[in-house]
Amino acid sequence: MSTLNVNVHHVTRVEGHGNIVVDAHNGDIKECRFEVVEAPRFFEAFVRGRPYTELNHITSRICGICAVGHSTTSAMATEKALGVELTEQAQLLRKLNFHGETIDSHVLHTYYLVAPDFFGAGSVIPLIDVARPVVERALRIKKLSGDLCAMIGGRHTHPCALVVGGFSHTPTEDELRAMRERLVAARADMDASVELFASLDWPKFERETEYVSLTKDDEYAFVGGRIKTTDGFEYPLEDYKQVTNETLVPFSSAKWTSHNRESYMVGALARFNNNFDQLHPRAKDAAKAFGMEPIVTNPFLNTAAQVVEMVHCVEDAIEIIDELLERGVDPEEPAVADVKAGEGVGSCDVPRGILFHHYAYDEEGYCKDANCIIPTNQNMANLNHDMQELVPQIIDKPQDEVRLTLEMLVRAYDPCISCSAHFLTVEFV
Amino acid sequence: MSDTNGKPKVAFFDFASCEGCQLTVVDSLQTHLDLLEAVEIVQFREAMTEKGEDYQIAFIEGSCTRESDEERLFTIRDQADLVVALGACAHTGCVNALKNIQPSLDDVREYVYGDKAEWYDTYPARPISAVIDVDAVIPGCPIDREEFVKVVKNVLLGKKPGIPDYPVCVECKLKENVCLLLEGKPCLGPITRAGCDAICPTYGDGCEGCRGLIPEPNENAMKDVLDEAGLTVKEIMSRMTMFNAYYGSTQSPGSTAVTQEGQGSA
Repeated sequence: MSTLNVNVHHVTRVEGHGNIVVDAHNGDIKECRFEVVEAPRFFEAFVRGRPYTELNHITSRICGICAVGHSTTSAMATEKALGVELTEQAQLLRKLNFHGETIDSHVLHTYYLVAPDFFGAGSVIPLIDVARPVVERALRIKKLSGDLCAMIGGRHTHPCALVVGGFSHTPTEDELRAMRERLVAARADMDASVELFASLDWPKFERETEYVSLTKDDEYAFVGGRIKTTDGFEYPLEDYKQVTNETLVPFSSAKWTSHNRESYMVGALARFNNNFDQLHPRAKDAAKAFGMEPIVTNPFLNTAAQVVEMVHCVEDAIEIIDELLERGVDPEEPAVADVKAGEGVGSCDVPRGILFHHYAYDEEGYCKDANCIIPTNQNMANLNHDMQELVPQIIDKPQDEVRLTLEMLVRAYDPCISCSAHFLTVEFV
Repeated sequence: MSDTNGKPKVAFFDFASCEGCQLTVVDSLQTHLDLLEAVEIVQFREAMTEKGEDYQIAFIEGSCTRESDEERLFTIRDQADLVVALGACAHTGCVNALKNIQPSLDDVREYVYGDKAEWYDTYPARPISAVIDVDAVIPGCPIDREEFVKVVKNVLLGKKPGIPDYPVCVECKLKENVCLLLEGKPCLGPITRAGCDAICPTYGDGCEGCRGLIPEPNENAMKDVLDEAGLTVKEIMSRMTMFNAYYGSTQSPGSTAVTQEGQGSA
């Protein structure tokens, strides 16, 4: 048996800083883990003492990719704490904005970060020469989703118009109609994306685990709902700690979580496994092209589930715009908060999985306590267990191949490590 | 990528940040794919595997928040002819510096990491100019895509980066926006460095000061205006520190050597 020593310092094409460490000798695995080495930023600590109006704009800065996700979840937590009710229009715009971000994040991950592995390239840049139409398609989808976010929130990264109570700006009906046309035109790019990614040779690896996501009765859940797991559990959002059960591990600035098993997985694949029936028919067709039916237990196919979700989000965005236009769009001011002491939990299923923000406010509306539980943290334990099961299966392959496969596994989880380096042990009083 | 044709070699680095500014760089390719023909990117961990250490221009995103960051910054400074602070974290410390104004850093660490606080090294968040010399800055949280392209073009032509030293109000007026302060909404436009095309006020949300302050800002007059708009003292102090906590109340980012060097002639 061979000696295997893989040490990938700062895995590339992921968001944030993480290392892969594998040390095996004569088939005996001494070390096998993914380390998070991101500098902690302490958001939960430093939002204390800030007014409720700032919270979602500060916590948006946790992550440049899922800024809409953090901002929406944060505003939701504040709105619950202060008893703010959104208008129907604001709720539709929140969902539409969210779809923009989900498409944006998924196209970044699938095309820019994952696809180069299948073309033997180190980045998307060399693909410009060998597959220019593919790169141009990716740029086109990215621009569409970014423009969709900007139309509502002002910009994609750190949306300024997304405020507690709704939005400080309303898109016009003309803008919505123009966006609808572009989304309809994007169906061709969605079809081509499904065709491309379904043709790739995905690594074969199965490991059963528990999949955790949001769920709703009437739609494929991204914004709010209840917590659902493939092991048959459901919880209201306020009970999130019964699911996350966080623990600290010394080699990672991201805390680990577990529920019914030793670990669980969140993200596109978890949503797919829990809520498949609510996908748009076009998205179900896309799943068929990948040969995917719930429950899918190959973590590499998380990327495929993202492609399926892109198709769904384009279709659902078109339907939301139709609903907005049918209702008629009013330029409306955000709902005003009745400032008082209170506590609230917000949750969204952001591109990388279920996210929780939990705040307590004093009677003047200043934050007393905050807790954010990030999807990437929740995936850390599961990723490590996948690695421990995968390594013995591939240990006799050349070291470079082992390294690439493990990097691909890490990338499949689409880790957002900047996000992951925030968590806390605070008990709310 | 292999044939450099004498193109300047560029590398991107990140410290404590959300990496949103590097994403904005990636997004600038949607409209400026030809940028890749003007430079050779030798290192960009977020987007590529190749890792070259031979570069002339370094873009650095993120704040310095621990001693172990300093060595990496020195290495980059030694190698690069030109160091550009990319975005607010690198330029002013951004929201990272909010931890600096909490009662104690020990408390901050314990609040987040409990009895394991000693596992996690940290000190007050600093802009990179507090550690190394910086040749140019691209302000903002996040950076503005068009301003990034403009600064890159200027740098490649050997010109000064040319970021504005006038306030956001100028751009807001040019857009013919109704002044939010007149509607009683808080806005730091009068003292914040322009260059963002007044995006927040244009979308109905008052300026939060993410681009740092103009040179010699009249902060007392700003406080009076916010007071007239109906804000309490606590709310005024909060707004003034949201993105500018590193500089405290006495020293503004506009007064540091770094920003003045990076200002250009605009």
